[in-house]
Amino acid sequence: MSKTRLRWLALTLAAVIVAAGVLIWVNSGSDGPTIATENRLVSSGDAQLDTTLYLPEQTPAPAVLVAHGFGGSKESVDADARELAQRGFVALAWTARGFGRSTGQIALNAPDAEVADVSRLIDELAKRPEVQKDGTDPKVGITGGSYGGAISLLAAGYDKRIDALAPVITYNDLGQALIPNSAATTGQQLPNTPSANAFAAQGVFKRSWAGVFFAAGMGGASFANPSVDASEPGSDDNSNQLAAQDPAAAAAGGTQGGPPPGGRGAVQPNGPCGRFTPQVCAAYTELATTGKASQATVDLLRSVSPVSVTDRITQPTMVVQGEQDTLFGLDQSDATARQITAAGGKVKVVWYAGGHDGGKPGPGLRAKIADWFDFHLRGRGADPGTDFEYAVQGAIRAQGAPSVRTMTAAGYPGLSGSATERRPITLAGPQQTIVNPPGGNPGSITSMPGLGSVVAGSSRLASRLAVDIPGQVARWRSEPLTGQLLVSGSSTIRMRVEPVPGVPVPPDGVVLFAKLYDVAGDGTRTLPASAVSPLRVTQLPADVTVTLPGIVRPIEADHRIEVAVTTTDQAYAVPAQPAAVTVSLTDTALQVPVVPGTRSTQTPPMFALVGIGVVIGLVIVVAIVAAIRRRRADDVDPALTDVPLVIENLAKEYPGGLKAVDGLSFRVEKGQVLGLLGPNGAGKTTSLRMLMGLIQPTEGSIRVFGHKVHAGAPVLSRIGSFVEGSGFLPHLSGEANLRLYWAATGRPLEHAHFDEAIEIAGLGHAVRRKVKTYSQGMRQRLAIAQAMLGFPDMLVLDEPTNGLDPPQIHQMREVLKRYAATGRTVLVSSHLLAEVEQACTHVVVMHRGKLVAAGEVADIAAVGGEATFRVDQPDQAASVLGGLAGVTGIEVDGRQVHANLDGTPRAKALGALVAAGVAVEQAGPRRRLEDAFLELVGENKA
Amino acid sequence: MSTNNVHTDPTAIGAMEEAASHEHLKVQPDGSVVGYKASRTLRIRVELARQLRRRRTQLMLGLLVLLPVVLVIAFQIGQSNPNRRQGTFVDLAVASAPNFVVFALFVSGTFLLPMIVAIFFGDTIASEASWSSLKYLLAMPIPRHRLIAQKAITSGILSLFALLLLPSVSLLIGVIWYGAGEAVSPTGDAVSFGDGVTAIYAATIYIAINLLWVAALALFLSVSTDAPLGAVGGTVLVAIVSQILDQITALEDLRNYLPTHYAFAWSDLISTDIDWSEMTRGAFSAVCFAAFFGFLAVRKFTRKDITS
Repeated sequence: MSKTRLRWLALTLAAVIVAAGVLIWVNSGSDGPTIATENRLVSSGDAQLDTTLYLPEQTPAPAVLVAHGFGGSKESVDADARELAQRGFVALAWTARGFGRSTGQIALNAPDAEVADVSRLIDELAKRPEVQKDGTDPKVGITGGSYGGAISLLAAGYDKRIDALAPVITYNDLGQALIPNSAATTGQQLPNTPSANAFAAQGVFKRSWAGVFFAAGMGGASFANPSVDASEPGSDDNSNQLAAQDPAAAAAGGTQGGPPPGGRGAVQPNGPCGRFTPQVCAAYTELATTGKASQATVDLLRSVSPVSVTDRITQPTMVVQGEQDTLFGLDQSDATARQITAAGGKVKVVWYAGGHDGGKPGPGLRAKIADWFDFHLRGRGADPGTDFEYAVQGAIRAQGAPSVRTMTAAGYPGLSGSATERRPITLAGPQQTIVNPPGGNPGSITSMPGLGSVVAGSSRLASRLAVDIPGQVARWRSEPLTGQLLVSGSSTIRMRVEPVPGVPVPPDGVVLFAKLYDVAGDGTRTLPASAVSPLRVTQLPADVTVTLPGIVRPIEADHRIEVAVTTTDQAYAVPAQPAAVTVSLTDTALQVPVVPGTRSTQTPPMFALVGIGVVIGLVIVVAIVAAIRRRRADDVDPALTDVPLVIENLAKEYPGGLKAVDGLSFRVEKGQVLGLLGPNGAGKTTSLRMLMGLIQPTEGSIRVFGHKVHAGAPVLSRIGSFVEGSGFLPHLSGEANLRLYWAATGRPLEHAHFDEAIEIAGLGHAVRRKVKTYSQGMRQRLAIAQAMLGFPDMLVLDEPTNGLDPPQIHQMREVLKRYAATGRTVLVSSHLLAEVEQACTHVVVMHRGKLVAAGEVADIAAVGGEATFRVDQPDQAASVLGGLAGVTGIEVDGRQVHANLDGTPRAKALGALVAAGVAVEQAGPRRRLEDAFLELVGENKA
Repeated sequence: MSTNNVHTDPTAIGAMEEAASHEHLKVQPDGSVVGYKASRTLRIRVELARQLRRRRTQLMLGLLVLLPVVLVIAFQIGQSNPNRRQGTFVDLAVASAPNFVVFALFVSGTFLLPMIVAIFFGDTIASEASWSSLKYLLAMPIPRHRLIAQKAITSGILSLFALLLLPSVSLLIGVIWYGAGEAVSPTGDAVSFGDGVTAIYAATIYIAINLLWVAALALFLSVSTDAPLGAVGGTVLVAIVSQILDQITALEDLRNYLPTHYAFAWSDLISTDIDWSEMTRGAFSAVCFAAFFGFLAVRKFTRKDITS
């Protein structure tokens, strides 16, 4: 590349980099609309609630209540509330009673405590002018995660002023969430939704999660709620890391160790119960110590659970549940959605790739929640509808974080439209006996409750770490799958549990844990979502239908599905009494739920489709316009159609002011061999390039056989040219070069006369060698042969004898002369006078772009009887010559004397000079051309 | 007579004179000699013959055939546990033949494929200029717009052939080594072998469309310089800078305007349910850049003074 081009490239690069830098700087400075906040304490019953109101730029606007999770405070939802305010809602975040700076005791969302608090907050909102109202009824939505999701549902059930809600990763029945039993006795009909659970009574206590939560209520809030965003389609690792550094998220994490100033401390004021109400504390103590729930506890948990009000919820509800959640699984949201639908509410279900083990909703899902409120509170935006969306995490990770895609089905199966499609997968395996060791230890390890909120993706890690203890596990496996199977929901399997003869059945029945493994071809077992389904069977033998955990998992071809039943699990309260049972399948078909969906995408962007059409259309239009402009009528001068070349007033000025050719005019007739003579830099080559249409003249015109020459003018097909060096493809032979050249012209092969041309080149066998092995002279001759292909009417040769040796030069002159003799025209340029004198019939002398002389060589060169004598006494010589009869036109030029002898022999004149005593150094014909030329090139005439 | 000291047989001159004096071709109304027609100059077949006989073309196509073989050998040496279905892209590559092809396309997508297109388009006119043959082509005369069009079409054919060669050879080698299994996408989606093969060729077509901008930029540089390396190198440099800027996440949506931003949108095709939105955007972006640089290239070439 040339220097200037390099400089341009460097400049362009620098400009791009500077622009990028400026844009980064500008982007980092932008902050979105400003949000005003207002902190207030609101009295509700016996409690003081710590609230923050977020006001958007434009009011009045609908309000959205933002509830926090268990162990959190209003600070932990600051970012969510702010985001909603930026979307144009009045957002109200508050700290639930018993947490943070709010006073009161934790009643687990009891109707007369936390639910009443929400009504109290809505009263406050109704007083605000910033909140949009229908008469006196404020437009209110409510959302929140986990504990906050439950209060959303409960408040919507109790307070009809709430117009829309979006509960996130929450429970339907706290009793079933903490003491689940997934065994349906034969005869019990399971709902036909994808993740329905039997929700049987007398479950197994979810010991570790309950402990984590109880601790959170005591003030150690570290592990209860996810603080990082879940993966979303298109998200990468960075977004997760950025979210983890979010101050609000950090506040929800471990920073709440000490007692908040001004509030009641985490130090328990009433013994080991912390800030819980005595009833809640008693129920937990019972569960934690016995591992079983009394009817009173079951009733208490049910009364504070959404299940108690879902038959009253008719407001549009967006149920968001996580697929990575060993605390509140997909079965909880399944029940909520079913119950609200039955009550006549409009329900949209979303499963996302997060949960208590996987992370809170990411920006995309949060935007969908805001869209829900936008439409249902103020009719803005498109109707989100009741489509069912679920996220699928790839089994294969591209770079670190798993990639996620979202699938969309027309509705939640079983609620609207058809029932869930279930695909039977045949499992094989014998009847197996499994043992619960005394004390339930050692136990299987599946999940790590609470860790998901600390380490992003820990659950993904954990799913590979599942450990089953030999002797405690029974397994059934499928054949390798022939194609990918996307499990979406809870699979069911029917099995028989029988007592082992001689081993007594414990009075509380037998506790088992069922799980579904994805077994890779190499035997690697993965427990999707680390989820297990506990079951308790009291009457043995028993035929049960077991609901396996609700998961979304693509199981690849060649993988097997394995159902395992264990007797222990570290996360649950396992009976201390030893037990042994045999387990067998009563139906070998595992019923796997499949929800056919389409990948959620934006439809192909219209602007891009239209844009492609517009661009293609523009290209076509430009091409047509250019073609029309090229079709301008050919410029012909009919008077000149027989004149090979007429150049008129030709000029070429290069950028920078250099005039390579200036006002050049001459004319070439048929049969002439015209020499274009001039020193280097006279403008000869530039003129020839203009003649070939390679260079655009700045002024004047060139006509070849009457047709004006321009780039690509058809008349150029009558010219054969060789200008400034040969141009061959070096990797091909000379012959191949000539044949490809002719092929490129597209003219008939029989017009080419290859044989004659190749003979003229005279390369012999070398014509079949690659051109890159040729000498300069060989290339030159091949190039001249190429110019002669097709016997053009005019041959233009630039310095044709350069690099040829004297015999070759002689032959070349002969070729040119005889070529012209066939009625054609040859134009030769040269800087050598002798060359032109010997080869040409006519000559044009150029110097510094201008015409100096033109005419017949014979006219200009040695003409008639003119002679030149170089003498020592020019004046005397002139008088001597003047004395001779018939001698005229005597000129003295320095030491030279010119005279027209006109018939007088030169020897006689010489004799006369010598006789007169003049010393003659040289005597010969006068060479006018040489005079002119030497003068031009500035050579000494001495 | 040595081959270097060649000379013309005097009889040859006579033969030439004899032939030339009997051959006087008629002239057409536009001034051209009978047999000449602008629309017959530099036909694609001729230009293909000119290009295919170049060692450069042969080497490049050979490299593309060799690449999958090299990849397989590398996997054979480096991988003790074949047929894994989880982990990184490398593990994914040996899962099945379609995955192997996808891997081959991925590893060559950042640099190799743009470079191949840049070579075919960037070299096409600049190399004629460097050989001094360009002026003879133009003096035939091949109209300039036709020369650049024929050159571009030929380069396009060669590029497309090269782009198809890589997945085809990879597929063949993949089937031999890893079997005709399901294609698995990074999002865990599985596609049957037949659909996978269809997706691969659709992906190749998309790559071809997406690389249009490379083609047009290379063509523009090719008519701007007489140094073929300058044109090819300049194009590759722009592609690399664009890829680097694309890595700067702080640029956010501005990255959508980078020509390489949608280079891998074709991976959406490895799916049971194809998302066309990214590919549509990618095609639009490529078509815009291609039209812009293509326009500049034609405009520059039809107006420039040929001095090489």
